[in-house]
Amino acid sequence: MKPFTYARATSPAEAAAAIARTPGAKFIAGGTNLLDLMKLQIETPSHLVDVQDLKLDRIEPTGDGGLRIGALVTNTALASDARVRRDYGVLSRAIVAGASGQLRNKATTAGNLLQRTRCPYFYDTNQACNKRQPGSGCAALGGYSRQLGLIGTSDACIATYPGDMAVAMRVLDATIDTMNAQGHARTIPIADFHRLWGDTPHIETALAPGELITSVTLPKPIGGTHIYQKVRDRASYAFALVSVAAVVQSDGSGRIAVGGIAPKPWRVEAADAAMPHGAKAVAARLLAGARPTKDNAFKMPLVERTLAAVMAEAQTTKVAA
Amino acid sequence: MHGPRDIAISRRGILIGGAATAALTSVPLAEAQAFPAQAKPSTAKVALTVNGTRRELEVDTRTTLLTALREHLQLTGTKKGCDHGQCGACTAIVNGTRINSCLSLAVMHEGDEIVTIEGLGTPDNLHPMQAAFVKHDGYQCGYCTPGQICSAVSVLAEIRDGIPSHVTADLTARPQVTNAEMRERMSGNICRCGAYSNILEAMTEIAETHA
Repeated sequence: MKPFTYARATSPAEAAAAIARTPGAKFIAGGTNLLDLMKLQIETPSHLVDVQDLKLDRIEPTGDGGLRIGALVTNTALASDARVRRDYGVLSRAIVAGASGQLRNKATTAGNLLQRTRCPYFYDTNQACNKRQPGSGCAALGGYSRQLGLIGTSDACIATYPGDMAVAMRVLDATIDTMNAQGHARTIPIADFHRLWGDTPHIETALAPGELITSVTLPKPIGGTHIYQKVRDRASYAFALVSVAAVVQSDGSGRIAVGGIAPKPWRVEAADAAMPHGAKAVAARLLAGARPTKDNAFKMPLVERTLAAVMAEAQTTKVAA
Repeated sequence: MHGPRDIAISRRGILIGGAATAALTSVPLAEAQAFPAQAKPSTAKVALTVNGTRRELEVDTRTTLLTALREHLQLTGTKKGCDHGQCGACTAIVNGTRINSCLSLAVMHEGDEIVTIEGLGTPDNLHPMQAAFVKHDGYQCGYCTPGQICSAVSVLAEIRDGIPSHVTADLTARPQVTNAEMRERMSGNICRCGAYSNILEAMTEIAETHA
C-alpha cells in the first residue's frame, strides 16, 4: 500500500467536507473492497476518512411505509432484518448469495453499492485499462472476456458491475440518499446511480467528488414472489456469471433486473412488460442491442434460461401458496 | 514495540533503502525530478482489547489488523493466506462477529474486542470446537485451521442468532443446523488439504452437544 493519513469523521457533513478539501482522499467504511485494491495499488488514496462513527447503522421505517437503510448497515444486518426478510425477500436473497460470511459481516450498504468491477484486466496493473488509467486502452477487448459485459458496454470498457445487492435494489426501485461537502442532501434513483461506461469508464457513479451516501430508501412493499437466482462457477462465494432478481405478481406481471452482464444492474421497462409472455420475450427485450464477445456470448442463452427458471419457480410458489 | 522480529524487518528495510538509494544516484537530475515526491509513512495510535487484554499500539496506518496481531502482538495463530479476503485463513472474531482481519486496518479498531484462536482456548484447556477438530481430524497441514475454527464457532452462533444464508429455504423461519447450512456458511474458508468433511463432522458434534 502507498502511505496515507487517517482520520475519523463524526458527522456526514464533516466527512464530506474532509474529502472535498483533501486531494486524493477517500471514505472508508467496511474496507473490504478498498483495502484489497489499495494492496494492489489500484487505489492509492493519500488520506482516508473513516465513517464508522457516523451513526448511519440503523434500519428505520419511512413515513410512507417504506424502509430507510443507513449507509453503514452491514450486509449481514440488512439480510437478517425481519422486515427485509418479510417484505423485500429479493434483497435478503441477493445479499446472502454474495461474498462470504466474514465479508458480509464487514461490508456496508453504501460500500457495496460502490464495489468496483472484478474485471481481471482492471485488477492486473500490468494491463491496459481505461478504468484504472484513463486513456491507456482496454486489454479486455481482445482478451479473455468470459466474465465480462455484453450490454451497456463501450469501446473503452466491457467491465461489469459485480455486485448482487444492487440488482435486488434495482427491482425494488430503491433511492440513494447523499450529502455533499456543503451539507446539502439529495436523492438519486438507483436507475441513475451507476453509469454506463461510455468514454469515461473511470467515472462509475452519479456521485460528485466528496458526496457521501447516507442511506438507501426502499419504497413501500409491492408484495409478489421474491426470487434471486445466481448462476456462477461454484456453488458459493463466487461472482455471478448471470443473476436475476425478480418480483413476480400472481397474474404473471412483475419486475426483472439482471446482474453480471452490464455496467449496472440491468433492467428494461419493455422487458418487465413482457413478463406475462414468458422468458424468451423478456430476454429478447432485455438483451436488445447486446454486443457479446465470443467468450461471453454464452451469457445470452444463459440469461433466457435463468429467466425461465425464475418464472417456473414463481409459478411453483404461487401454486404452493 | 521492539522485539527480535524487528531486527529482521530492519535488515530488510535497510536492503530496500540501499537499493533505492543506488537507483536514485544513477538517475540524471532532470529525470529524478520528474518523479513525484513519495508520501511519507504515517503512524497512529490505537488501543484495542485482544483476548481479554487491553493493548496499545502505535502503527503505520497501513498496518492491517492481521499484521498488528501477528507482527506487533506476536499472536501468530491467525494466519496470512491470500491477504485479499479470499481464503479465510486470517479470520478473527471482532466484537462478536467473524471478519477477515487482512481486509481491515488496525487503526479502525479503536476500542474493539478481538478474539483470536489463542483467545478461544489454550493447549491445556481447548475450546470445545478445537477439541472436536482434533477428534475428527479436521485438518491436515493445519495452516487454515485457526481461521476454520474461528469461523466454525461463529457459524454456529450465526445460525443460533437466526441469520439467514443462501441455502435457507424459508426466509421467515429460523435457519436450522444442517450440513447444507454449515457448508454454505463455511465457504469463505478454503482448505487446500481438503479437510472439509472432517471439519463438518467436528461442527456437527459441537452443534449437537452444545445446542
